[in-house]
Amino acid sequence: MVDNVATRDDTTLMDGNLAAGWVAYRCSEVIAIYPITPASPMGELADEWASAGKKNLWGDVPRIVEMQSEAGAAGAVHGALQAGALATTYTASQGLLLMIPNLYKIAGELTPFVLHVAARTLATHALSIFGDHSDVMACRQTGMALLASSTVQEAQDMALIAHAATLQSRVPFLHFFDGFRTSHELNGAVPLKDDDYRAMLDEGKIDEHRRRGLSPDRPQIRGTAQNPDVFFQAREAGQPFYDACPSIVQAAMDRLGQRTRRSYRLFDYHGHPAAERVIVVMGSGAETVRETAMYLQRHRDERVGAVTVRLYRPFAINDFVGTLPGTVRAIAVLDRTKEPGAVGDPLFLDVVAALAEAKATGDSHFIADPVVIGGRYGLSSKEFTPTMVRAVFDELGREKPKRRFTIGINDDVGKSSLAFDGLPGNQLDINPPGTIRALFFGLGSDGTVGANKNSLKIIHEETGLHGQGYFVYDSRKSGASTVSHLRFSPEPICAPYLIRTAGFVACHHFPLLNQMNVLEHAAIGATVLLNAPGSANEVWASLPRSVQQEAIDKKVKLWAVDASDVASEAGLGRRTNTVMQTCFFALSGILKGDAVTQIKHAIDKSYGRHSGEIVRRNHAAVDAALSHLVEISVPALATASHDRPPAVPSHAPDFVQKVTALILGGHGDALPVSAFPVDGTWPVGTAKYEKRGIATEVPFWHPELCIQCNKCAMVCPHSVIRVKACAPEALAAAPAAMRSLDYKGDEFAGAKYLLAISPEDCTGCTLCVAVCPGKDKANPKRKSLEMLPISAVGADNRAAFEYYLTLPEVDRLKVPLNVKQVQLLQPLFEFSGACAGCGETPYIKLITQLFGDRAVIANATGCSSIYGGNLPTTPYTCDANGRGPAWSNSLFEDNAEYGFGLRTAYDQLAAQARSGLESLAGLLPERLVAELLVGTGRDEVSIKAQRERVAELKPALGAIDGITARRLLEIADNLVPRSVWIFGGDGWAYDIGFGGLDHVIASGANVNILVMDTEVYSNTGGQQSKATPLGASAKFAIAGRASAKKDLGMMAMSYGNVFVAQVAFGSKDQQTVRTLLEAESYDGPSLVIGYSHCIAHGYDLSHGLDQQKLAVESGHWPLYRYDPRRLAAGEKPLVLDSGPIKAKLADFMHNEARFRVVEGDNPERYKMLLKRAEAEARLRMDRLRFVADFKEPHGK
Amino acid sequence: MDLTTRYLGFELPHPLMPGASPMVDDIDTVRRLEDAGAAAIVMHSMFEEQIKRDRLQTLRAAEGPADSFAEALSYFPSLENFKLGPERYLEHVAKIKAAVRVPVIASLNGVSSEGWIDYARLIEQAGADALELNVYFVAANLDDSGDAVDNRVVDITRQVKESVRIPVAVKLSPYFSALGGLARRLEATGIDGFVLFNRFYQPDLDIDLLEVVPRLELSSSQELRLRLRWLAILSGRVRPSLACSGGVHNVADVVKAVMAGAHAVQVVSALLMHGPDHLAKLRTGLAEWLEAHEYESLGQMRGSMDLARCPNPVAFERGNYMAVLNSWS
Repeated sequence: MVDNVATRDDTTLMDGNLAAGWVAYRCSEVIAIYPITPASPMGELADEWASAGKKNLWGDVPRIVEMQSEAGAAGAVHGALQAGALATTYTASQGLLLMIPNLYKIAGELTPFVLHVAARTLATHALSIFGDHSDVMACRQTGMALLASSTVQEAQDMALIAHAATLQSRVPFLHFFDGFRTSHELNGAVPLKDDDYRAMLDEGKIDEHRRRGLSPDRPQIRGTAQNPDVFFQAREAGQPFYDACPSIVQAAMDRLGQRTRRSYRLFDYHGHPAAERVIVVMGSGAETVRETAMYLQRHRDERVGAVTVRLYRPFAINDFVGTLPGTVRAIAVLDRTKEPGAVGDPLFLDVVAALAEAKATGDSHFIADPVVIGGRYGLSSKEFTPTMVRAVFDELGREKPKRRFTIGINDDVGKSSLAFDGLPGNQLDINPPGTIRALFFGLGSDGTVGANKNSLKIIHEETGLHGQGYFVYDSRKSGASTVSHLRFSPEPICAPYLIRTAGFVACHHFPLLNQMNVLEHAAIGATVLLNAPGSANEVWASLPRSVQQEAIDKKVKLWAVDASDVASEAGLGRRTNTVMQTCFFALSGILKGDAVTQIKHAIDKSYGRHSGEIVRRNHAAVDAALSHLVEISVPALATASHDRPPAVPSHAPDFVQKVTALILGGHGDALPVSAFPVDGTWPVGTAKYEKRGIATEVPFWHPELCIQCNKCAMVCPHSVIRVKACAPEALAAAPAAMRSLDYKGDEFAGAKYLLAISPEDCTGCTLCVAVCPGKDKANPKRKSLEMLPISAVGADNRAAFEYYLTLPEVDRLKVPLNVKQVQLLQPLFEFSGACAGCGETPYIKLITQLFGDRAVIANATGCSSIYGGNLPTTPYTCDANGRGPAWSNSLFEDNAEYGFGLRTAYDQLAAQARSGLESLAGLLPERLVAELLVGTGRDEVSIKAQRERVAELKPALGAIDGITARRLLEIADNLVPRSVWIFGGDGWAYDIGFGGLDHVIASGANVNILVMDTEVYSNTGGQQSKATPLGASAKFAIAGRASAKKDLGMMAMSYGNVFVAQVAFGSKDQQTVRTLLEAESYDGPSLVIGYSHCIAHGYDLSHGLDQQKLAVESGHWPLYRYDPRRLAAGEKPLVLDSGPIKAKLADFMHNEARFRVVEGDNPERYKMLLKRAEAEARLRMDRLRFVADFKEPHGK
Repeated sequence: MDLTTRYLGFELPHPLMPGASPMVDDIDTVRRLEDAGAAAIVMHSMFEEQIKRDRLQTLRAAEGPADSFAEALSYFPSLENFKLGPERYLEHVAKIKAAVRVPVIASLNGVSSEGWIDYARLIEQAGADALELNVYFVAANLDDSGDAVDNRVVDITRQVKESVRIPVAVKLSPYFSALGGLARRLEATGIDGFVLFNRFYQPDLDIDLLEVVPRLELSSSQELRLRLRWLAILSGRVRPSLACSGGVHNVADVVKAVMAGAHAVQVVSALLMHGPDHLAKLRTGLAEWLEAHEYESLGQMRGSMDLARCPNPVAFERGNYMAVLNSWS
């Protein structure tokens, strides 16, 4: 879509997911959904529309069904299609892979169906949530037609073309657009009208589809098994449908074009009519190529062109070849995927084959056979810019262009990359004159992105300008920074790449100036707006020197507002968005009328329905904003003595200095291929080098009130609070800030008790203060821990913490394993990017304290894999001996099996080691061999002893010749028990991974499974899982879940040989510690389900511990331990650790917005759900009591 | 026996009705109350402060983490799907109104001037037959004077009365220096009734955790006496009708309240303890008592023991302390 752009007034702002999702909704009767980034919004929207009663084209509300996985969703739509319904689903990446078996079936049965895909990278050496075509390219063989969209408008139009063409052709379609770049880009698109749908969809073909549906009134059999005699022929029988498909698609495109004046071809050509150099490309990158080719033709008179591939499968050879000008001499085919080991990447191979075929059949019209080269670009949403396109065109102009190349990276290993100038100032600027480009740097929690989306809407509604918004997030869940890229122009904006030169740059969070080069992309003379604390007179002096210099060099116009102060005064807390938005409009002058009135109008629209108070506060912020906005004069010379600190300290390891630091500084794009491990293996313990300083207030310790309970350390989600016992003499050189107490307890009698806080790693969640029982008896408001401004206590805390780290850890053998003392053990999971107040990470931290030095962790994809292993830094770390958790994430769905595989291997290697020992018994000390073979206890003492024996064994083995000794040397470490842990959330354990989890616990293998149950798919944004409780509203269950939460523990108990427990560290931390110790010590499968409060529950997580208590006391979350060992000992296996229900479930529920919105929206339904939830809680308790009281009939 | 009475301008078959409580949250219970003969249904209060707090918390919970993380641009269904404001209460007014034939008296506890007025109008629009204003402030600010508190109550009452057409009653607490004087000022605003008195959550202390714990216990008949005094003092001396609320558990309590001057008698704790049918028992028992004591009608008894008519008015005016002392002399 480009030639016939409608006027701006016809357009509506939307993103690709909305554009495609709405078409799919309108054209469907059954929609199966399952969340996966970046396609989740399509399912969420479908569910919201259905909840709101929005109807499809035929006046019905489609039936929305959430499945347990994408495989389930594919199976469900397959069934729905075979019943004669119009069905659709949405997915991406791994989800698409899970659908592939059904895609073959659906296609083999010639079933009209459209699958909408926000194309995303497949996990290989690493997971990536971002966009490329590796997922859709994995579906080339399925028989699905593959139709690509390049823009938001196309995401809508191609969606309808796909729905129309599939009915006509009977070939199922996979319609895709680039994840994030298109799925999440806000841009103007002309919405389709009902008449457009009706003109496109052939009712007669729908009738035919219905008649093919399975019905006992006209029985048929589908899905037979066929033999060698007939399968082949029967497979070919469907071929004519594929042959006819391209022309049917073109006809659908033409029909749409006639109605909308947006014309599309199977392959669209743009550029010089007698082009010599042409790039063939698919997806959003095609827009970049097209715009660049047009620019080079118009402004540089270059004979270049671009082919946009729309229908990739079935590949219409003649249409493709006919699209190319006969003058073409060189073609570059760009793939957004990598097929290692292939002759070339897939689109390239298709183009080569198509050209060869055309030549062979005499259909080639080229003056000379063109040279075809293949390039790879844009993996995982790697930027693809006009400058890179120019580099490809330049390469095509060479006498001997690279046959295979990459563009967008520096491949200093394979030498595949084309050179391009990556510096911001040297980018090819092809945006039309008059384009306004604005960059906004903010924090996730300050509302910057929301405000910018709002600004886009205002500008779209109030001006004649086209607008485009794209938003970049970092991968942390707390203190995350965001960068908003906004373009406005009188001309339509495509430009699917980030802004490299902006006329307006805003920094909504002042500390970001110390962390990234905010002015890097400021244009000469740009307007720069800062949210700067304090007096305007101090703003310039507080800027880092390099920022001052850049401001001077670029002659920027500098403005400042203390937005945090204005927002706080207006009662908006840290939400500075309204203030900054008002200043943006004032400075940019983009709104011609009264900007203040228009912003207020937008606020009314956003909040008016819900809260006059919020409206009032925002209006007050708007009114105050401009009076606080001041211009800062930029002097001729930089004066600051300070500069941006290095991203990591100088003592950080070499790899952290050379790689991690660059990524942290925003320069990851500049790292060459050689900088990276070849197989995705990364060092642990790098989070400690990144001091983010995101909390404005941090805890401060008043030792005189401390009772040394260590609960603060226990609940701290980020391992920021540490406690230790040390000899008094070790404190001789301690700084004054390192305060101490006499240690209470016999185990370290005479020692000093230390508590240290790392201020820059704190997220300010306040859980430590909430849990602290150390109150001043004369003034109970005052506790041993107090939140104070980091500016006041940060230096003291930092000095103490740094000294604390230099002191030796306690002797593990002396530490009693109860809740108080285990906090003396070093956590081997620290400073993750988890949410402030996270309810999951305290469990992980505790496990690393107890077993970290021998733990191997299989981690299901989800929150815990993201804060556990998302670059740039890694929170898992090791102790002074270099031991610590080995961590790995395989997939979402296979985590139990993956952990089971690890266990199986360690068991096998240990068995082989023991066998080797026995073989070499005569050559090794008899005592050593005997002890090694016996010494397999898993307690601290046994493990230490066994490690010492292995250490003794290794040199002895070195002295022995022979393969047996050499093999044993390699695997001898397996003689020390490994603690295998399987971590994941409820989405994994209850839904997508349940089959595997069930199998693994049934296997009897010695694995320890920790389910961090947030009762919702947290990582993908709060979709219901089967752990979601009755009455809770979640995405996919907006009106409140009507089914009871699955009782995973009871199911697991039914095996009898599984250790099963429920814990809630915020309710009974002692029970949590005891449970984990028992689970780990059990020589068989252990399943520990941990209640994890979560931001998706909808309340301030500083109350997370109170809510955990209420969850337990109200019967929502009973605490128990089922230990098969007790059965063998003649005892009752189940111990209930929580007493009878003593709190009201209604009180627990009312505290959380997930329940409260249901209560407010539909009180009667809520009441019904509450009654059922209460009954369910009682029933669960009764069931548990029944099992707890159950006497073995045979008197075991 | 003629038990009829007139309260807030409504001709009622008898004075008994459930007082403001969460009992009426359930429509089935409301129907049971009507079946038990409730002369009117008094709803629990719409609390402006709670609505605002819940709404702010919900908005913050939904907005706070939104647009921060690429995989989850929100963690919650769009709030567009929900009603976060007073809609729930207003819909409930309409539902109760549709479910019963007796007058429905809504109740409002506001915090802001606009909240009182706006919500009162909305309640009227939702179909309530009358409105009970639950005016309650803890004057914890040591700079507040008694006059200022009184003025605030009067101002709010006047503003609400001027904003709606339905009858308005004011539910007072006993903690005013000059309750009679305040009643006079409130009478001048044109209100239609007084409800005596409110009962509140009272803070308790957890001496182990060193925390303050709010508690609300069910009432007992002992609490009736405070009501009797002020009913008797106001009866016949102010125009608005009077309702007794708090401490009515048995027939004798009802009789006392009416004798002291009550036009309506609200019951909560006894219904919570014994169920809605208790209301029917009270009504029957009241009629029986009147018959047994040869009263012609309830009207004959109303106010018979108020300040003007009781044989020893000094007992109301001077306080029982003197009476108790006298009894020992």
